[in-house]
Amino acid sequence: MSKPNPTDRKYTNEHEWALDNHDGTITAGITDYAQELLTDIVFVELPEIGKKVRQFERLAVLESVKSVSDVYTPASGEVVAINQALADQPEIINKDAFGEGWIAKIKMADAAELNKLMDAAAYDLFIKEETQ
Amino acid sequence: MKLIFEKSCPGRSASGIPACDVPDCKVEEVIDQKLLRENVDLPEVAEVDLVRHYMQLSRRNFGVDIGFYPLGSCTMKYSPKVHEETASLSGFTALHPYAPADFVQGALKLMYEMRQYLSEICGMADFTLQPAAGAHGELTGIMIFKKYFEKKGEKRTKILIPDAAHGTNPASGALCGFQVVEVLSNTEGDIDIGHLKELMSEETAGLMLTNPNTLGLFERDIEEIAAIVHDRGGLLYCDGANMNALMGVARPGDMGFDVIHLNLHKTFSAPHGCGGPGSGPLGVKAHLVDFLPIPRIVKDGDRYEWSQDYPDTIGRIKSFYGNFNVMVKAYTYIRSVGPEGLKRTAEMAVLNANYIKERLKPYFRLPYDRACMHECVFSVERQAKESGVHASDIAKRLIDYGIHPPTIYFPLIVPEAMMIEPTETESRDTLDAFCDTMIVIAGEAKEYPERIKAAPLTTPVKRLDEVLAARKPDVCWHK
Repeated sequence: MSKPNPTDRKYTNEHEWALDNHDGTITAGITDYAQELLTDIVFVELPEIGKKVRQFERLAVLESVKSVSDVYTPASGEVVAINQALADQPEIINKDAFGEGWIAKIKMADAAELNKLMDAAAYDLFIKEETQ
Repeated sequence: MKLIFEKSCPGRSASGIPACDVPDCKVEEVIDQKLLRENVDLPEVAEVDLVRHYMQLSRRNFGVDIGFYPLGSCTMKYSPKVHEETASLSGFTALHPYAPADFVQGALKLMYEMRQYLSEICGMADFTLQPAAGAHGELTGIMIFKKYFEKKGEKRTKILIPDAAHGTNPASGALCGFQVVEVLSNTEGDIDIGHLKELMSEETAGLMLTNPNTLGLFERDIEEIAAIVHDRGGLLYCDGANMNALMGVARPGDMGFDVIHLNLHKTFSAPHGCGGPGSGPLGVKAHLVDFLPIPRIVKDGDRYEWSQDYPDTIGRIKSFYGNFNVMVKAYTYIRSVGPEGLKRTAEMAVLNANYIKERLKPYFRLPYDRACMHECVFSVERQAKESGVHASDIAKRLIDYGIHPPTIYFPLIVPEAMMIEPTETESRDTLDAFCDTMIVIAGEAKEYPERIKAAPLTTPVKRLDEVLAARKPDVCWHK
């Protein structure tokens, strides 16, 4: 069973999370449910710092034993930090998707975009419907 | 089993070289110093050890000549041995690719006729035989898309690809500089027409579609799909990987496709995988013929000749003329089974897949329960939930029973997917033996899940640590 979805952040229907750092940036990653579906992650293709991204477009690529999947950015803006540790230890995402396994920090172009995302309760329901 | 490198013994050799009858010279004098390497550690073994090594390896290999190989989307049909006979004719094997056209009229005739046969089978105006395999055919096709819009003076930056597509499709689009946009499938496994309409714009070069699609289902709205793409000025690409379902029965050209690639090593029974190489001919409708690669064979009376004179061509995409040997095998296939045989092939391929689908339906979840084409896709979700047995575990357990695993975890839109393509070459006895085995495994999944999770148990190499192999690959031999 996947870990509970923290209530301090927002969720996309592609299973990414966005944590508002209240300084104009968000931290983005994938949910524990998503890492569980992907199984063991063996490679992470991180974006370059400074890359401009548009909401719901590709941010990173995750490769697992099963497949290769895109990670979409929960908000538009500019990549200001990436989790370099994932390059050598992609398994951090499997161990701690909501914490140490974050993928990138994005300086938001429009903070109102976060309103388009789900809160934890809505995401819980979303997963429940998807698994049925 | 030891590697050939580990069997090496200094001074041992598989051949003796006759005494040198030309003056000796130092290697440093004739080869650039930069290119010389020391201690390359090539294996030194006697001929008998060499032969035994590779014979032993080949006996551990699995192929269609060993057993049932239902690898979905790959059409692992039996390759008739008569192909080897024709491909070994010295008139073919002793050809030099630079031989003048007058010396190689037979080979040119074979390629010329092959283009005609494939055009007739697919409903296309012409074919190029150059691409080395399916993905190369795709790339060639999308290069033609690009050239076509350049010529028309239109700037189109996007290409549409369904969520169920083969991974090579988005790769081909991206390599040609297009932005790949995903089109969703609906709950019945067809393309979501509404979504396609929404995405198809004047910025979009077209749609790459596999029909039947990777769920093994015929795209029922194909004519409407073609109309939507064409109405906005786009082109429709057919990934012909699944042509074994249609051959002789329906023609992609008649469905509205503008371009199609075939896999001679799938549909036309040339050897697949390591028995290859492949061949991925690309066919186009009349409005795209000018863009086909060069050189092309032209016929003047009874004489065949090479021609380079096509100003709008995308150019050459393969050295010489493609994998000729594979064409000889596919040509032999088409000529030996004939038009009726090709049709019967498709019919039997579809019947066999539906037989497996119906027999296994009570044991594995069938996410899209409708008549399938040449392959059927199950999901192992139920077993995964109930006993933690996944598609990969069932695949590995099949190896213990002497059966090659089906394709798993593809298409991506089916969780725990298991994609089974029996092909027309298998008898009902083989299909039944496979289904019986799958039913036994479904029972094992309930009663002895641990046994399946440890599979394979009977192979020279047991369950491998795939995660470690992917994270820390070690593929070089070191002393």
